[in-house]
Amino acid sequence: MSLTPDDVKRIARLARIEIDDAQAQATQARLNSIFDLIASMQAVNTDGIAPMAHAQEVTQRLRDDAVTETDRHAAFQAVAPAVENGLYLVPKVIE
Amino acid sequence: MSDTSLSALAAQLADKQISSRELARIYLDRIAALNPAINAFITVDPEKTLLEAAAADALIAAGKNGPLTGVPIAHKDIFCTDGWLTTCGSKMLSNFVAPYDAHVIQRFKAAGMPSLGKTNMDEFAMGSSNETSYFGAVKNPWNPAYVPGGSSGGAAACVAARMAPAATGTDTGGSIRQPAALTGITGLKPTYGLVSRYGMIAFASSLDQAGPMAPSAEDCALLLNVMTGFDPNDSTSLERAKEDYTRDLEKPLSGLRVGLPREFFAEGLNSEVAAAVEAAVNELKTLGATTVDISLANSRLAIPVYYVLAPAEASSNLSRFDGVRYGYRAPDYASLDDMYSKTRAQGFGDEVKRRILIGTYVLSHGYYDAYYLQAQKIRRLIADDFAEAFKACDVILGPTAPGTAFRLGEKSGDPVEMYLNDLYTIPANLAGLPGMSLPCGFDSQGLPIGLQLVGNYFSEAKMLNVAHQYQRATDWHSRQPEGLK
Amino acid sequence: MKWETVIGLEVHTQLATKSKIFSGSSTAFGAAPNTQASAVDIALPGVLPVLNKGAVECAIRFGLAIGATLNRVNVFDRKNYFYPDLPKGYQISQLAKPIVEGGALTIAVDGEEKTIHLTRAHMEEDAGKSLHEDFHGMTGIDLNRAGTPLLEIVSEPEMRSSAEAVAYARALHTLVTWIGICDGNMQEGSFRVDANVSVRPVGQAEFGTRREIKNLNSFKFLQQAIDYEVRWQIETLEDGGRIEQATVLFDPDTGETRMMRSKEDAHDYRYFPDPDLLPVKLDDAWIESVRAVLPELPAAMQAHFQRDYGVSAYDAAVLTGSRALADYFEAVAKTCGQGKLAANWVMGELAAALNKAELDIGQSPVSAARLGALIARIQDGTLSGKLARQVFEGLWEGAGEVDAIIEARGLKQMSDSGELEKIIDEVLAANQKSVEEFRSGKDKAFNALIGQVMKASRGKANPAQVNTLLKAKLQN
Repeated sequence: MSLTPDDVKRIARLARIEIDDAQAQATQARLNSIFDLIASMQAVNTDGIAPMAHAQEVTQRLRDDAVTETDRHAAFQAVAPAVENGLYLVPKVIE
Repeated sequence: MSDTSLSALAAQLADKQISSRELARIYLDRIAALNPAINAFITVDPEKTLLEAAAADALIAAGKNGPLTGVPIAHKDIFCTDGWLTTCGSKMLSNFVAPYDAHVIQRFKAAGMPSLGKTNMDEFAMGSSNETSYFGAVKNPWNPAYVPGGSSGGAAACVAARMAPAATGTDTGGSIRQPAALTGITGLKPTYGLVSRYGMIAFASSLDQAGPMAPSAEDCALLLNVMTGFDPNDSTSLERAKEDYTRDLEKPLSGLRVGLPREFFAEGLNSEVAAAVEAAVNELKTLGATTVDISLANSRLAIPVYYVLAPAEASSNLSRFDGVRYGYRAPDYASLDDMYSKTRAQGFGDEVKRRILIGTYVLSHGYYDAYYLQAQKIRRLIADDFAEAFKACDVILGPTAPGTAFRLGEKSGDPVEMYLNDLYTIPANLAGLPGMSLPCGFDSQGLPIGLQLVGNYFSEAKMLNVAHQYQRATDWHSRQPEGLK
Repeated sequence: MKWETVIGLEVHTQLATKSKIFSGSSTAFGAAPNTQASAVDIALPGVLPVLNKGAVECAIRFGLAIGATLNRVNVFDRKNYFYPDLPKGYQISQLAKPIVEGGALTIAVDGEEKTIHLTRAHMEEDAGKSLHEDFHGMTGIDLNRAGTPLLEIVSEPEMRSSAEAVAYARALHTLVTWIGICDGNMQEGSFRVDANVSVRPVGQAEFGTRREIKNLNSFKFLQQAIDYEVRWQIETLEDGGRIEQATVLFDPDTGETRMMRSKEDAHDYRYFPDPDLLPVKLDDAWIESVRAVLPELPAAMQAHFQRDYGVSAYDAAVLTGSRALADYFEAVAKTCGQGKLAANWVMGELAAALNKAELDIGQSPVSAARLGALIARIQDGTLSGKLARQVFEGLWEGAGEVDAIIEARGLKQMSDSGELEKIIDEVLAANQKSVEEFRSGKDKAFNALIGQVMKASRGKANPAQVNTLLKAKLQN
């Protein structure tokens, strides 16, 4: 299989990474060589094999329902690009 | 100092032959002298280091010191460190001063081990040469024209050049073991779940695991005692009784069954590496071990599987870098989407962007089953191969990397060529097994060669025993780069 | 052409836990911006989620309450998309293996019962809030709500009118508040409804193309939005147009729905199992321990009210409109031993007073014990209905216990027959004309005489006693 420049642009858009036509072209070639590497995996018969999502066969540990956090917004917002009145500021969201 | 092993340093500190501040100062001076050439550190902050050293001295004076109190250590810049710049090797976090400590950092602080600084790394741990760092490539102390491996390249280089007695690293597909091999030091990736991932900036969550990097196996055992332990803040952290990883170091190797996977000695392996690893096998035999031929047939699929799973997880893990709450934000943008797209285009380097795009693609509508699900199924086949192999042997041995260090720029133009460097290390990550690399010789150019041990789940003490006994019989791990002595 | 409406609802209920689903931050409503947003909630690099046991328990309770299948192993997935109120760039949700599957809820519309089946219910985290007041042309983001546990409850497309949709939503609202998993506060967004609406010609088997109306936060808006949407879809189709799959918003000011995004720009969410979280396992012991503390459910309680207190099916349904109301009624009925009378008072006098004062049952100034005591005094003849209403006023004002109010205000019904006979004699003497009319066969005159006796007693006479005594005297 191989990706077209349009595929590259579509996934770049999904990933919110700006990419121009020239970059899409260059990226396409690189990505296709990687997908060629990946292709060998696809021919393998995996019927009846359960997917392995985690390294250990363990189940989720649960936390008791208790409030353990305190207000640290001043420290957290000290490293934020733009804040006002305790809010993070972003370009206007249009719904 | 003649003996810089952690146990020796700790003994001198405990006997008050040297203070933690004096020791830290010695290493800080060496960093100041050598780092401009090696570029192993992104951040060094002597004032903070010396404050921590002073606190360690107070503990020692009060008799409240633990086994490694006062011994300094360097931390990979992937661990959030309260009050320290924590960049993960990326422009995206080039201004990020972490407001909290990773669990690993907390444990080293609690052990009274001052931080010497934050080490350079491939951007977001994506790379095998340390050339993808926004803060510049790290040079191999054995020859600065060569790469130190990656992604924990700064950690490996600073230990190899003795700018630090030890360092922390992380390993998603070989990022501790491969640079350890390429710089002639010892590094261990523990069983997945033994070391908390809390505060360790995620690359591929189901594969990432932190571990120690130091000259010797004994050092690594002592560091592992500090690093491991249950953390309620990491759902994948395992609740197990605390172990002493030094307990079996001195055990003889008689009766040890060493598995040699024929796939790891096949085509693609550099002959000098093969010869050094075979010599090491013979050394182990003289120490009482026997060898067993084993097969890890599906490990040939490890790289394709890894380059589906790791980018998929990464593409999602790295979505939080959006210029809203911390880190880099593009200076000019026309809208919210434009802010996102420009911030991420400018803040991430090429390799990171490539992997995000691969991951986005394999998870996108219509491709999930063919890529992601298929990769997860083969992941199980790879893990099953190991389970089968461990019925016949106690530890698996092979080369860490197919070759020795390569020249800066030699492979950076071809991602696939670069990826093949992790051929032997990735399978252990996929299975969640512990793996370690230790030095076993040099090639004709004087570059170090590493051998890899892969053990069964929770068999770190056994692996360290094998490595330590080998290191008692050899001196590869105590060799240092000539020019830097 | 005759059209049939098809509606399915997706309801987001905020679970009534103290802390968030994956962090130890408070879920309390109304705090200053970002003061309840921890490192995990704002997705600092390196942080990890740990699941709140309380949230899982809420989901188990819900599954048991609707007779659903509880998946013994359920899994969290990541739903990936970029939005400033979604700090991680993905929402942790459950796609392939939700905790709850199946189950049903019975609704009643115009006296007709109907069973609505549920598809599934899954746990997920809420997003933060975007504040669109102008910050120099920017939007402000508050992440206090980010990570609040939600149970998204999805119904089958089995509703056929806005009335059924509202009845279902109300029944669900009653249930989730009843079993204590949600505070039900719709103004604060604790119970938010998305409606999938389509129309098809009557008799057609396939569904029409649906449009999803997002984020309806009142039953009134739910009804209005569906009614508008159905009219719009039918008009569009009858004008020869086509319905495109889309997400729409309801504007309460105009009463109209408007397009938010079409299917073309629908997200590609790239779901995959969250590697930071492990499969959630529910064992029998846990499920049974949750079942053991589950309260009697509305349907069971309705049957029990009809059986044990003799109330009508309609009254039983009203009285189980909320658990607080049902508990109140039952306490009253138990105190006075008069189920029907208790129902009349709770649904009549008390409901009217609460309504007027804009209070809900939990805030009633009259306790169930006191209302029960009041009804007991009607039953034992101490009070007439009219006097009882005066005592009720006293209770409402906080004037103390029932007997104390009766005493203090002299509201005791006159039951001394000597005193009553004296009044009757006086009334008969003064109303000879009525007496004669009665004796000549005009029954109406009897009522007039009773009225006069009651008046003379200033309402304190026991009407039944007056009746008996008066009859006896007139027949002499």
